[in-house]
Amino acid sequence: MLNTLLPILLFAALGLAVLGALRRVNMWRRGRASNVDLLGGLLAMPKRYMVDLHHVVARDKYIANTHVATALGFVLSAVLAILVHGFGLQNRVLGYALLLASVLMFVGATFVYLRRRNPPSRLSKGPWMRLPKSLMAFSVSFLLVTLPVAGVLPADFGGWLLAALLSLGVLWGVSEMFFGMTWGGPMKHAFAGALHLAWHRRAERFGGGRSTGLKPLDLSDKNAPLGVEKPKDFTWNQLLGFDACVQCGKCEAACPAFAAGQPLNPKKLIQDMVVGLAGGTDANFAGSPYPGKPIGEHSGNPHQPIVNGLVDADTLWSCTTCRACVEECPMMIEHVDAIVDMRRYLTLEKGATPNKGAEVLENLIATDNPGGFAPGGRLNWAADLNLPLLSEKSSADVLFWVGDGAFDMRNQRTLRAFVKVLKAAKVDFAVLGLEERDSGDVARRLGDEATFQLLATRNIQTLAKYSFKRIVTCDPHSFHVLKNEYSAFNGNYLVQHHSTFMAELIGDGALNLGQHKGNSVTYHDPCYLGRYNGEYEAPRQVLRALGIEVKEMQRSGFRSRCCGGGGGAPITDMPGKQRIPDMRMEDIRETGAELVAVGCPQCTAMLEGVVEPRPLIKDIAELVADALLEDATPVKAPVTREPAEVQ
Amino acid sequence: MTTHVISLVSIGAHPTSGRPRRAEQDARAVELGLQMAGDKLQVLHAGNIHEPTLRSYLGMGLTQLHVLEQPAGSDALPVLSEYLRDAGAQVVLTGSQAETGEGSGMLPFLLAEQLGWPLVVGLAQVESIEGGVAHVLQALPRGQRRRLKVRLPFLATVDNAAPKPRQSAYGPAQRGELAAHEVEIEQDELFTGALLQPAKPRPKRLKVIKAKSGADRMKAATAKASGGGGQVLKGLSPEAGAEAILKLLIEEGVVR
Repeated sequence: MLNTLLPILLFAALGLAVLGALRRVNMWRRGRASNVDLLGGLLAMPKRYMVDLHHVVARDKYIANTHVATALGFVLSAVLAILVHGFGLQNRVLGYALLLASVLMFVGATFVYLRRRNPPSRLSKGPWMRLPKSLMAFSVSFLLVTLPVAGVLPADFGGWLLAALLSLGVLWGVSEMFFGMTWGGPMKHAFAGALHLAWHRRAERFGGGRSTGLKPLDLSDKNAPLGVEKPKDFTWNQLLGFDACVQCGKCEAACPAFAAGQPLNPKKLIQDMVVGLAGGTDANFAGSPYPGKPIGEHSGNPHQPIVNGLVDADTLWSCTTCRACVEECPMMIEHVDAIVDMRRYLTLEKGATPNKGAEVLENLIATDNPGGFAPGGRLNWAADLNLPLLSEKSSADVLFWVGDGAFDMRNQRTLRAFVKVLKAAKVDFAVLGLEERDSGDVARRLGDEATFQLLATRNIQTLAKYSFKRIVTCDPHSFHVLKNEYSAFNGNYLVQHHSTFMAELIGDGALNLGQHKGNSVTYHDPCYLGRYNGEYEAPRQVLRALGIEVKEMQRSGFRSRCCGGGGGAPITDMPGKQRIPDMRMEDIRETGAELVAVGCPQCTAMLEGVVEPRPLIKDIAELVADALLEDATPVKAPVTREPAEVQ
Repeated sequence: MTTHVISLVSIGAHPTSGRPRRAEQDARAVELGLQMAGDKLQVLHAGNIHEPTLRSYLGMGLTQLHVLEQPAGSDALPVLSEYLRDAGAQVVLTGSQAETGEGSGMLPFLLAEQLGWPLVVGLAQVESIEGGVAHVLQALPRGQRRRLKVRLPFLATVDNAAPKPRQSAYGPAQRGELAAHEVEIEQDELFTGALLQPAKPRPKRLKVIKAKSGADRMKAATAKASGGGGQVLKGLSPEAGAEAILKLLIEEGVVR
């Protein structure tokens, strides 16, 4: 009886799976066109899956091993089951292979089950709680029905009752694993995930590469939508990417806005996009909600505007673009791209940048700096430093990109310290002075692509006038934009963060350094230096050269937590239960360090905004400048003055 | 029935950089107009149609902006009054003072005089418009408001008490249409013929703090400015009131 029933079950489930797959593909195809290498992507997919994806998953050894056993066991047993039970190739060797595969899958499923007994809050519940049982049903059923094939048991063992039970088990198994895979069950992640890896919009990320610059909007194309209004305005492979989510909640656990109680949860956002692409409500979402927003009140479909139907605007504006979610995502989903795409629509079409957003954007247009300061004051911080101007020298080894920190009195201390270091190392450097403009970072993260492109093209025009070997900046945001985002507008430069440059100077012995005196030190990795550009080592190298042993925070390196200052978040200022910099300061306090070294004007401002008593905040440039040993120049006796009579 | 509202706009200048931008008060005039008339609002500019800054008004969600084409140095007054006379507007809104050009703040007064319309200075809010009469709130110093009844059509200037202008968005700014109108050009003799020189800051009165306690200082900072020798006239006939005002103006040397 089983011999007739099993092929029917298998092929019926497979047939339905193919139908579901076609239906799903059509949902993705509602998105806009995207330039992807379809065939090359498919060919590269197995390697991307087994190497790149596995690297991310392997940060958690338990689940990595569990997944390898379950997935490998499943793929093998599915193929072998189709051969053995579907096509009736009742070969003993194949039978034994199928037995082994199903045992492997069963072992994996058992560990999935154990993880699910007391799941952490980041994991979604609902249908995902059913999955380990379905995996077990599949593996156990195929194990048992294959025993006669392998010759372990006689063919008619157990009679019709066992046969009926096994058919039910197989039915359950193939429903979840084949049918559910393309009709929206938890196994959808395998189907959509594989294709997402093949047709990822940032193929450069695979093979150890990095791709973090936002993709430009083509403003010259009058018909192209300005950002994303409806789910169908995403490119098709973005929609596919949303569908790949496994709801593991690694993003949720890493998100600073979620932890601060702001109304954002990256996992829920991606699931809302899935609701948007398929149509429906978020009532079936079985994970943590956006803080402060109950589940079940939002709905959408591909042709309905996202904001205020599917997602509220404050959710989108809570993001600091710190990329912690993208870094953690085992499916390599691009959350930040999606958020910025939707912000673009709000800013460019609706003029709905919240709070100080509109004012900052207007200032950027009218004064080239977000604060609206008179552009003529851009070099006031260096009035007494006699800085060489590139407009006078027309060429230099190093172009020192000052950034908008020039208008901020706290950051001016950092800038002056770095100039002191440059001078001590006798570097041939120059600044643009009044010709420099805001890099466009804030405008772009706030969704104002037009102002970003305006600033970028003007800066590129200015830079084209001069010759220099590299650009060095103390601001990781300018660094990222100049390095990764100007190339789309034909601005290609060698750009370095000042920590990298100082590490080089120290390595070349160009600096005569003493030791850092006093307090113990920890280091806070800026998102735009670390996760965006992979520079974790140079700042630590510089600190080591000062004789500092960095007391690392638990969240450091690629897991560093945002200070709350990125993505225009201080400008849009979404309320939460606590402030992100306060949480970061708690991380710093846990190390017991009395001083935190930073490398970013935003981080400095955010962390210094935490009420005292708290550890001191110093930029790496300040620490280096403090440790500089002056050359043995004759010391002038201090001029003694007669104390004047004070009345 | 919605009211026919026209907002007059000019090119502004950013206070620190001096670069062209949408003028702050004119943007508020557009905002107030949009709140009153929605899509029916008509926005009017006299000047150069190729000035890119005009698009920042369109970015507030306008489909069209009418431009009475004029070269720089022309007098906007005659062309505006001629256009407004035939435009059938019920309410005309403008900023109090331009950020560029002469910036004398005289335009609304001269315009109202030429049209023979009443002028409301410092309009903060329009409460209702019924049967050809508008009830409006006029902004006075220190956050005070005065309720006025004005017959239509009228002209009103807005200042910083009017609602904050909405953000200008790139998309609508690019799509909006600049509709050109050819007009007779009249040179502004005063502006082109005269010599411009930067204004000297007006001398400031020394601030003498007499208060002895914090409460006194608070009172001094928040109290209404009170003129010393004022006089309240009540229940007078219009002629007697006018006579009293004229007498004061002669005393103060305003009218000679």
